[in-house]
Formats: sequence, structure tokens, C-alpha cells
Amino acid sequence: MNILVILIPASLILGGLGLAAFLWSLRSNQYDDLEGDAWRILSEDDDAPSERD
Amino acid sequence: MSDAAICPACVGLPEGQLEKAASNGTAQIMLSLPGIHCVACINGAERALRAMDGVANARVNLSMKRVTVGTNQPIAAEDLIDTLELAGFEARILDTSLLGAEADEYGRGLMTRLAVSGFANMNIMLLSVAVWSGAVGATMHLFHWITAMIAIPTLLYAAQPFFDSGWRSLKAGRLNMDVPISLAIILASGISLYETIYGGHHSYFDAAVTLTFFLLIGRYLDHRSRKAAASAAAQLSALEVPRVMRLRDGVRQMVDFADLAIGDLVQVLPGGRIPVDGIVTDGQSQVDRSLLTGESRLSEANTGAAVTAGEVNMTGPLTIRATTVGAETTLRKMVTMVDEAEAVRNRYTAVADKAAALYAPVVHVLAIAAFAGWMIYSGDVRLSLNIAVAVLIITCPCAMGLAVPAVSTTAAGRLFRAGLLVKDGTALERLADVDTVVFDKTGTLTLPAATRDALDPETQSIALAMTQNAHHPISQAIAAAFAEITPATVTHQQEHAGQGLSATYNGRAVRLGSGEWLGAGSGTFIQIGDAKPQKITLQSQLRQGAAELVRAWQDLGLNIHLVSGDDADETSRIAAALGIDAWQAQTKPADKVAYIDALTANGAKVLMVGDGLNDTGALAAAYASVSPATAADASRAASDIVLLNDSLEPLIELPMVAKAALARIKENFTISTIYNVIAVPIALAGFATPLIASIAMSASSITVLLNALRLKGRV
Repeated sequence: MNILVILIPASLILGGLGLAAFLWSLRSNQYDDLEGDAWRILSEDDDAPSERD
Repeated sequence: MSDAAICPACVGLPEGQLEKAASNGTAQIMLSLPGIHCVACINGAERALRAMDGVANARVNLSMKRVTVGTNQPIAAEDLIDTLELAGFEARILDTSLLGAEADEYGRGLMTRLAVSGFANMNIMLLSVAVWSGAVGATMHLFHWITAMIAIPTLLYAAQPFFDSGWRSLKAGRLNMDVPISLAIILASGISLYETIYGGHHSYFDAAVTLTFFLLIGRYLDHRSRKAAASAAAQLSALEVPRVMRLRDGVRQMVDFADLAIGDLVQVLPGGRIPVDGIVTDGQSQVDRSLLTGESRLSEANTGAAVTAGEVNMTGPLTIRATTVGAETTLRKMVTMVDEAEAVRNRYTAVADKAAALYAPVVHVLAIAAFAGWMIYSGDVRLSLNIAVAVLIITCPCAMGLAVPAVSTTAAGRLFRAGLLVKDGTALERLADVDTVVFDKTGTLTLPAATRDALDPETQSIALAMTQNAHHPISQAIAAAFAEITPATVTHQQEHAGQGLSATYNGRAVRLGSGEWLGAGSGTFIQIGDAKPQKITLQSQLRQGAAELVRAWQDLGLNIHLVSGDDADETSRIAAALGIDAWQAQTKPADKVAYIDALTANGAKVLMVGDGLNDTGALAAAYASVSPATAADASRAASDIVLLNDSLEPLIELPMVAKAALARIKENFTISTIYNVIAVPIALAGFATPLIASIAMSASSITVLLNALRLKGRV
């Protein structure tokens, strides 16, 4: 059972990383427009230079 | 984009990266785009906006159906809307609070707490499963200690909203749902910490954290559907004129509104709002009385004419002798009326609050009874306390906290996709009870439109060319009526405020505007060259979906009434066209409120559908209310639901969805009560282990959530 000394902290750290990643994505507004971003990735002309430049 | 373009390295970079380099503009305008639904719409709307001068950036949010426009020079929101409509997208200005755009610190804090408690919950459950499956001795103690180390900081942080709210309610001498919740969390962690230190078998940390996690979900959903806190009365007060130009003994002086006395002469310049009710003594002008009548046509104000506070003077300076001042003006009376109506509305108690009022005392009594009973029976404080905590945790209103918010969020999401914005969390509960509907006519069931039979095709195409880019409601109505024909080519277009439009067509001057400007009678005319002005007849036209809506609601058994400020002929014509038997014409704002109050006094639950400022009082007085997004700001603030589309059709399913939502809420309360009826005797008898507590809690919460999701389907 001594392996628990390593496994439990390891699982906590990995879980904590997941939590930190979620909080980061939340704070950088990545959940603001789930539908729109899903569509945008399919659009070709999104990155085309605009005529004014 | 200018700062990016001067940098040579940026030339040739894709737009996406240029955008990041460019500022988002100095000011931001947010618009609602109810019709947007696909990637082509996103690109179309963004491209149309970015092509405008002064627009630094435009970003569409498809989930919220809105666009944020960053501007680096002042642009009127109306210009953005015109550009979008030309590109084929309906657009509306809405308050930022309705668009959910204001910085929401509290909501974000709740989400962070939810994430933290979810993380802690997963880890604690992993350890608890080992304990439940029979870990004993040193392993069990180690696991209890690790659980305690994860749970205590988590609870201190994540359960704060419940502690705060519970403490506030205790200080005010009341019991809300958060008091038993906080008590359960504190007692459960306290007893578990004691058991952990003294090597006991039962630790309730897992239950306490699960409880917090589920309750935070409910709290977060509830927060999102909370009432947008704008008050219609406050919006109306903003129309009051604080400083007025007083003429006394030939001296003009700016004075405070409050200092005016009856009989004072007040001067109002064109574009100014009339501060008092009174009689015109000097000057000739037209006034916009849409505030009081809902009628967008300007009316004449010559010497001797009566004017009311809140009207806007349009064309020439007016001198007015005040006949009412201070609290007696029409506008001030309307503010008072709306204020009173809002106060009555706010007395509605949400279903969840009614349940909490019943529930909290029962939970406390049960827990105390369990403790007292076991003390008498066994005399063991530790055992009795353990059982009391188990009772508290099992009865804790996890599913109750989810019952209402889960349903209202699902229902509001469904309605939002149909084009309805639910502003008030309790709106659906109230809508479910509605049995009578009162419609306003102008702007709600009808829109002004021009009839085209009187004009020849050439004149029609000229009229369209002149009006299609103009802002005046009459111009827009004309343009809408001629929308299918090809516009003629006109040059030198000019707008003459309060008079009309002029342009050149094939070398001839064309004027379109009020009859007076063109030397003809009253109404709207078009004159080509020196020919005789031709009249453009304006008539109200039914809004799209109006007939279907009235028929569908009548089939549902709702009583439909039509109340209008317009004359009897027009009102009866529309009522007959829609098959409405009960109608009333020439109704003033106060009479509309009285009409609704009379229906309410007869036991009816009234839904008011209206748009004008003259409907604001009625919207606030009704049991529930709906207004179109084109309505005045104060009317939108007074209503529970805002219709984003032009068509009235999305409203058809509203009563059905509301009834289904209320049914789900009641089912959810029944489900969580049944769970309690089964689990409480087990806890009272002392058989509740942390495992049973966790299963009962999770199972009831998940059942309630799944039941709420059923609203997404057919109702």
C-alpha cells in the first residue's frame, strides 16, 4: 500500500492541472460563444484580407 | 485597423492577425441579431459592419445572437442597424443588461466555485469508494485525513455564497433555504473532522462536498435567469426635463423644473421635450406625441393648442403657458402610475420561495427531533449528533435547489432559439396562469404601411429610391410597402427635418414629405417637378403572424382583448380582421391600466402585449407582459419577455411552454419530496451511512435535471 504515497499526490496534481486549465479557459472567455466558434472553424474566408487594407 | 496598416510587416498578414493588432475601438456598441443562425450569417454580418467607416472591429456571438461592434469614431447605432438590414440581417438595439453583456463578476465567481467543488468532489469520491468498499484500519484513517484536507478548504471557499446568504437571512430574522444548507455543511464538516481525529468510522465530507457541488449548479442557473434589474419608472423619469427656459416679464432665464408655477411662460426649442402641460401662446410647430398616444404621425401645435409634458417639439420654437406643474404633469403622473404598478408586481412570490418557506422549518424540526430522540434513547451525544447530521444532509434541498432553475433555464433556452428573450426568472410561472390577453394595436399587432394602388409605377419607384435610406418611421413604412419594385436612380438626396425629403430625378426636382411643405392638405405627399402633389396613403397593416397568433391563442382558450389609443373606426376594423370581439378605442395610458385592473379584479390573470410608452403602465400592471424589441426602452423594462423577431409567430408556443415548465417544476418538487419520504425514515432510524446519503442526494438531483431537460422536446 506504500504506492499510495505516490499515487494519491500524483492524482491530485493531475486533477489540479485539469482544474487550472479549466479556470484559465473560463477566464479567457472561451465559453462565450460555443456555437459560433464551432462554425467559424469551417469557414474559409474568415482569414481573407479585407478590401480596406 | 489604421495602426496595424502603417507597420510594413503587417501588410499581407491575414485579417485574423491584423485584428488582434488593431485595437477593438474606443467605444463598443452591442446589437441583438435575432435572425442569425449559420456561418454565412456570421461572415456576412461581420463583413458588412467592418466595411463601414469608423468600425474597428465586429464580432458576432452566435450563441447569444448578438454582435459587438468596436468603433473608433462616433457612429449612431441606427446606422449600424441600417447597414445590417441592407445586408439582410434584422438588428435591434437592446439594453446591455438584456444582452447579458455586462461584466458579471458574481456569475464568474459562482462558476469558479462550481469548478473547484467539482474537482474536490471527484477526488473525494475516489477515496470514499475505497472506504465504502471496506477499507479499514490505517488505510481508512489515511483516506479520512486526505479527504478532510481536500474538503475543508474547498467548503470554506465554494460554500461561501450559502453562508453569506444564510447569515444575511438570519440577521433579518427570517429562514431561507440557505440556513439549513449552511447548517448541514458546517455540522457535517464539524462532526466529520471530529470523527477523523478520533478514528471514527463515518466521515460525511463526501456528502458535504457533493451537496455543495449540486447546489452550486442550481445557484449558477438561477443567477443566469435572474431578473434584469431595470425599472420602467426610472426609464420614464429620464424623459423629464430638469431645466427649463422660463419667460417672465420679457426676460429669458433657465430655471429648475421644480421652480415653475402655473401660468409661467416656457419656451421650448425645436428638438426639445416639452416639460409641462400647457397651452401654446406663441409659435407654430409640429409635435411628436408618440409618448402618450403611440401614434407616430406628427400633430400640429399652433397658438391655442394644448400640449402635454413628454411630447417632443419638432419644427419651430414654441412658447407655452403652463397649466400644470410639478407632480401634476401628465408625465409625472405616468411615472407614479408605473411605479405603483411595479410595486404590486414585485409582490409575486416565486414557487421556489413558497417551497423554501415550508421546507426550512420542517428540516430543522426533524434534525432536532432526531437528536433529542436518540439522546433520550441511547444517551450517546456522539451517536445522536451523527444521526442528526445524517438527517440534515439527507433532507437538504439539493434537488429542491435545482428544481426551479434547471427548468427555467431549459425553457428560456428553448424560447430564446424561437426568438423570445425571457427577462424575469418568475415570468414563466406567471405566464402559465394567464387566461386573458390584452393587445395594444399600433406597433404591436399592426405596423404602418403605405398603400400603393393610387400611384403609378414610376412614382412608386421614385418614392422607394427616396425613402429607402431614410430614418423617419413614415419613410420606412413607404419603403417597406414598395419593397418588391426596383428603385429609380435619384441624385442630390437631402433630408429636411420635420418637412420631408428632396432629390433630383431625370433633371426634375422631386419632393416627398408633409402636405404642408408641398402646399397640399394633411398627410404625406410626393411632388415630381411642378406637377400636382400626389397623396401617399398610409394605413396600418397587420404585423406578420398577428392573425395566426390571435387564432392560436383563442384555440388555447385565452380571452383576447384589443385596447388602442386610436379611433374607433380603425380599432374596430383591426378587431374584425383578427376576430377579436372585445375591443376598446381611444384609450389613454391611465385607462389602459384601469382596463387591466378591472379584468384583474374579476379574477382574470392578464397578459399584456404592447410596445409604446403609453403601454408602460399597463405592461407593469398586468400579471405578465410581453413587448417587441422595437418597443420604447421603458416598455421593454416593464415587460417580462421581449420578442426579438419582427414576426409575432414565436409567441404562439409561449403559453404552452410556460404551462409545461410549471408542470415540470411541480414534478421536480414531487420527485425530491418522494426521495425525502423514503430516505428520512432511514436516517431517523440511524441506518443512514455516508454512502446512502451520497446516493440519495445524487440520484434525486440527477432525476430532477433529466426531468427538466424533457422541456427541450415537444410540449
